[in-house]
Amino acid sequence: MNAAGEILLEARHLSMRFGGLVAVDDLSFSARRGKITAIIGPNGAGKTTVFNCITGFYQPSQGMIRIAHTDGKEFLLERLPDFRIAAQARVARTFQNIRLFAGMTALENLLVAQHNRLMLASGFTLLGVFGWPGYMHAEQAAIEKARRWLDRVGLANRADDPAGALPYGAQRRLEIARAMCADPVLLCLDEPAAGLNPREAGELNKLLAAIRAEGKTSLLLIEHHMGVVMEISDHVVVLDYGKKIAEGPPAEIRNDPKVIAAYLGVEEEEVAR
Amino acid sequence: MAAANESDPRPRSAKFDFAAALKDAALAAAVAFGLFSLMLGLRSETGASGRLEVVSRPELLAAAVAAVFVGRLAVALIAQGRVAIDFARALPAATPAFERLRRFALPALLAFALLVPVLFYSNRYFLDLGILVLTYVMLGWGLNIVVGLAGLLDLGYVAFYAVGAYSYALLAQNFGLSFWICLPLAGILAALWGIMLGFPVLRLRGDYLAIVTLAFGEIIRIVIVNWQSFTNGPNGISGIPRPSFFGIPFDSSAAGFAARFGLEFDPTHRIVFLFYLILALALLTSFVTLRLRRLPIGRAWEALREDEIACRSLGINTTNTKLTAFAMGAMFGGFAGSFFATRQGFISPESFVFMESALVLAIVVLGGMGSQLGVVVAALVMIGGFEFFRQFEQFRMLVFGTAMVAIMVWRPRGLIATRTPSVFLQQKKIISADIIDEARE
Repeated sequence: MNAAGEILLEARHLSMRFGGLVAVDDLSFSARRGKITAIIGPNGAGKTTVFNCITGFYQPSQGMIRIAHTDGKEFLLERLPDFRIAAQARVARTFQNIRLFAGMTALENLLVAQHNRLMLASGFTLLGVFGWPGYMHAEQAAIEKARRWLDRVGLANRADDPAGALPYGAQRRLEIARAMCADPVLLCLDEPAAGLNPREAGELNKLLAAIRAEGKTSLLLIEHHMGVVMEISDHVVVLDYGKKIAEGPPAEIRNDPKVIAAYLGVEEEEVAR
Repeated sequence: MAAANESDPRPRSAKFDFAAALKDAALAAAVAFGLFSLMLGLRSETGASGRLEVVSRPELLAAAVAAVFVGRLAVALIAQGRVAIDFARALPAATPAFERLRRFALPALLAFALLVPVLFYSNRYFLDLGILVLTYVMLGWGLNIVVGLAGLLDLGYVAFYAVGAYSYALLAQNFGLSFWICLPLAGILAALWGIMLGFPVLRLRGDYLAIVTLAFGEIIRIVIVNWQSFTNGPNGISGIPRPSFFGIPFDSSAAGFAARFGLEFDPTHRIVFLFYLILALALLTSFVTLRLRRLPIGRAWEALREDEIACRSLGINTTNTKLTAFAMGAMFGGFAGSFFATRQGFISPESFVFMESALVLAIVVLGGMGSQLGVVVAALVMIGGFEFFRQFEQFRMLVFGTAMVAIMVWRPRGLIATRTPSVFLQQKKIISADIIDEARE
C-alpha cells in the first residue's frame, strides 16, 4: 500500500448537541491509512457520539467528516445516510453492546455482512430464485470468505451455532469478523476489549495488529482497556467533556499531565462521593 | 413461571391463611358482580307487545359470581400451598419429539392434502372446508413473510386480499380476461399497493407500524364500500366468472370438462379443481418463501427482524428490504384474493373486515413466526377446529379463546418456534426458541 500513512478520515470542527447538552464540542482529528487510531477518554466524554456521527447514526450539528479512498474517491460522511456510509464509503463498525443477529448462526451473520455484493450477484433476487449459476458461485465465494474469517477469529467449529449461544468473548470476535466481511476501508471498534479476560484481550490485540498489517483496513478504536490501547495504537486522541484535550503517540499520551488529570480527576471525585 | 416461584418468599410449610384467601376471593367476586351485573344480569328483549323490555337474569349472574369466587379461592389456596402449577413443565416439553414428528409430518400432510379429493369425493362439505383451510394456509404463508421473516407487524393484511379479489373480479368482468391472466395481474396490483402503503409507513416500527397498517386495511375496505360506480359498493360484485380448466368450462355442455374427458357431468369436478388450484397456489407460496429465505434478500429480512441497527451498519438499505417483504407478502395475499373471488363468484366488502386480518395474524403467531409447518397446523386447528366446534354454538368462541390462551402459556413463541438455518458449513443445527427468545429480551 503505497498510500499508507496519508490521511484517510478527517473530522473538522465536529460538534454534536442534544438540546442543551454538548456531547462533542468542536472536535478536529484525523485517522491515517493503515494505522490504528484510538479515541480514549473518561466515561461520558463523547467517544461513542463521535462514532455515531462518523457512521451516520447521528447527524452532526456542525462540522464535516471526510473519508478518502485509495482510488481517489471522497465522501462527506455527514451528508450520507447510515447504510450508504457502510455500503459506499465502506466504513464498518461494531457496537459497545454487541449487536449480532442472535437467532442466526455465526455463518449467517457473516453472510448478511456481504449482503450488497450477493444482492447484485443474485440479480436483485430475480436471477437467484432460479438458481443462476453466477449467483451460486458468488454465494460459494461468500461462504468461503466467511469460513476464512471464522477461522481467523477461532470460531470455525462454532459456525453453525446461533450467535446468541456463543460465549461473550466469542460474540465480540464474531462482531469484528462480521464487520470485516463487509470489506471496510475503515473499521470503527467501540470498546472491543470490554468484558474480555487478559488472554482474550491479548488475542484481540493480535487480531487487530494482523488486520492493520494487511493494509487494506485502517482502524478507529474506542477503548478503556489501556493495555490494548497502549500496545497496538499508533495514534491516540483523548476526549474529555466532548473536547479534545490531547493527541499524539501512545508513549506521549501516557505521560501527558492533562490526560492523567482527566482520568485521575474523575476517579478522585468518585472516591470522594 | 420459574421466576414467580423463586420470588415467592413464603416457606413451604407455612399454614394456610384461609381468612386472607377468603378476603381475596370475596373481593374478586365483588368485582365480578360489578362487571357482570349489567353484562349478564340484565338483558333487553322484545316483549309480547313488541316493545323492548328489560329482563333480569339473577340466576346467571349468581352463577358467574360464584364461579369467580370459587376459582379465585382455589387460586389463592394453591398459591399459598405453593403447589405452583408450572404449565410450561406440566405439559410435555416437546422439542426433540416435535423435531422427529416434523420430519414425518410434512410428507404426511402433503400426501393427505393430495388425497383429500379422492378420499372425500362425495363429501362436498369436507371439500369446501379443505379449500377454506388451504386459503388460510396460503394467506398465513404470505403474511409469514412480512411478520415471521421480516418482523413487521402487519394488521391490515386483508387489504391486499381485497385488492386481489377486486382486481380479479373487475378485470374479468370488464375486460373478459381469463383467470390465468388475471391471477398474476391481481398479484402485481396487490404488490403495488403494498409498496404504495409501504413507502410512507415503513419508517415506523413495532406498534406504530401495526396501527398504521390496521388503518390502511380499513381505508381499503371503506373505499370499496363508498366507490359505488367502480366497485358497486356494499352490494358487491356478483357473477364473477368461474374458473375453467385451462379454457374448458366445468358445465354440462358438449364442450364442457365432463364431455371432453368422457366423464359423466358432476358439479364436484369444479370443486376438486378448485381444491387442487388452491393447493398449488399455497405450495407455490411456500416454495418461493423457502427459496427466498436462502437468498440474500431472505437473510436480510431475518437480520432485519433480529436487529435493524446492525443491518444498517452493514450497508443494508432497510427501507428497500422492508418494502420487498411487504410487496412479496401483498402479492401472495393478492393471489389468494383472486382465488377467493373465482371460488365464491361473489365478493362484497363484508368479506374483508379486520377480523380476517386478525385471524390470519393469529394463525401466523400461534403457528410460530417464520415456521411453514406451524402455519399449516395453526390453520387446520383454527379454521378446521372452528367448523368442528360449530355444534357448540356460542361456546365455541369460549373453547377457542381457551385454546389460544393455553398455547400462549404453553408455547409463547407459537407451536413451532424453532428456526432452521438457511445455510450451514458442517452440520445443520435447529436453533431452539430459547435462544431466539433470550436474544430478544
